[in-house]
Amino acid sequence: MNLGFSIGDLKFKNPVLTASGTFGYGSEFDDFLDVSRLGGIVLKGTTLEPREGNLNPRMAETPSGMLNAVGLQNKGIEYFEKSIYPRLLHYETIIIVNINGSYIEDYIALAERVNKLKKISAIELNISCPNVKKGGMAFGTNLKSAREVTREVRSVYSKKLIVKLSPNVTNIVDFAKVAEEEGADSVSLINTLLGMSVDVLNMRPALSTITGGLSGPAIKPVALRMVWQVANAIKIPVIGMGGIMSAFDALEFLLAGASAVQIGTASFIDPQASVKILEGIENYLVKKGFSDLKEIVGYINRAK
Amino acid sequence: MAKRIEDLKVIGNKHLNNDYFILELSGNTKIPEFKPGQFAQVRVDSSPETFLRRPISIHDVDYGKNTFKILIQIAGKGTRALSRLGNGDILNLIYPLGNSFTLPSINEQILLVGGGCGIAPLLFLGRYLKANGFIPDILLGFRNSARIIEFEEYLTIGNVFVTTEDGSMGEKGYVTSHSVLSTRQYNRIYCCGPDTMMKEIAAYCKSRNIICEVSLENIMACGFGACLCCVVDTVNGNLCTCIDGPVFNVNDLKW
Repeated sequence: MNLGFSIGDLKFKNPVLTASGTFGYGSEFDDFLDVSRLGGIVLKGTTLEPREGNLNPRMAETPSGMLNAVGLQNKGIEYFEKSIYPRLLHYETIIIVNINGSYIEDYIALAERVNKLKKISAIELNISCPNVKKGGMAFGTNLKSAREVTREVRSVYSKKLIVKLSPNVTNIVDFAKVAEEEGADSVSLINTLLGMSVDVLNMRPALSTITGGLSGPAIKPVALRMVWQVANAIKIPVIGMGGIMSAFDALEFLLAGASAVQIGTASFIDPQASVKILEGIENYLVKKGFSDLKEIVGYINRAK
Repeated sequence: MAKRIEDLKVIGNKHLNNDYFILELSGNTKIPEFKPGQFAQVRVDSSPETFLRRPISIHDVDYGKNTFKILIQIAGKGTRALSRLGNGDILNLIYPLGNSFTLPSINEQILLVGGGCGIAPLLFLGRYLKANGFIPDILLGFRNSARIIEFEEYLTIGNVFVTTEDGSMGEKGYVTSHSVLSTRQYNRIYCCGPDTMMKEIAAYCKSRNIICEVSLENIMACGFGACLCCVVDTVNGNLCTCIDGPVFNVNDLKW
């Protein structure tokens, strides 16, 4: 059984990756699963400077999902290089750093520094975080700035560049095309949908930031539609995510045209979800009589 | 002790009153060695309304029987669903999670202060202290005598003092005004309850140089440090209630 997929010449052993901000730096999950079994892990969003993130409350449970407004809390790239990076070296999987900035210069500086880290095979360019006052989603909801930041990062980063797209746009396909045109090797989608919740008993917004990012099964049909649209419009591989809880959820994305998937919120509820989904995909392929994952990627677009 | 995700069997569901119940859980494997103050992330069911797990304190542990108890207040749809569980039902837990209360030094005079559902982690802490040779005083606050829970259990650990808001048992008022705080001297106070209560106890301790640890509650997504949703504002920046807590020394909190 060949479960592998590639972004250019970067080969992943299987199509199950973990989504940024839901898998920490891997070690949080060591008690629950063998991280090295995964196709790859995308690390918690990293910024140039340390960030404290938003005030509590940062999370609200919603029907079949959750809103978060963490706000990119992280200790900055220097801490990452010195203290976190060495702890990642033993994982036998592809490690991707998710980078974020307030200004284009931040993204460039981060990309230059991550470029020097041998174990990191790719950057996920986060231009879609809805929970920061400056930067983040502002880059990913304007075609001109999305183009500019992708171009600038591309010019300094020599390894694989994945652009993470925001669903909070009129036509996500336009952004995927811009990423492809500017030299991205892959796109990942979707980031969280901008949402809101009100605490009726206490008569106030549920989140300190009022609005936050919605994730979980509630967003899956929207994510799937967007992944299908994008996969049909560009040639570079698409990594699909958004509310995947089970192998069948993941298979929906693969059949719709995603070359791989990321598991996000599911890992909070079942920290072993990613590995269970991987096993489920393999079982499905065996039962259906396929020997290579690629045979089912975009299958619904081919079947007549 | 490594964290684990496990199906446990409900072997008892004791309703203490309309708001509180205790689930007794038993595992197929040997239960882990718990530290006082730790909690579990409890999977409610697959209802869309209760999507995330619920963080619940470890209330009592019986290593001999290989069982432990969690004390739950019915606060919403998730805890209400849990209240309906019966013997033989299966409950999925991620546990044991969080840090723990720090053990006192020899000869310290200790007080446990609990209010409402905040008494939950203090029973296991009390038993732990007793097993290590300490006899703590215990001060528990409730709204009225009908809402007093687990009183007899605490009597097995040390001297128990009670306040009720209507004076129907013990001293009338809140724990923060109980006479034991002015008549006895303590070196260390462990506290869990409503925020306002913990903040007052913290202020009392700070003014008298008493070591004080509180166990905080927060909404959580994961419970093991991945989501960063349950932060507490501390002198060391935003820390997670789930892995850096739930127990904090009050000097580290910006109270």
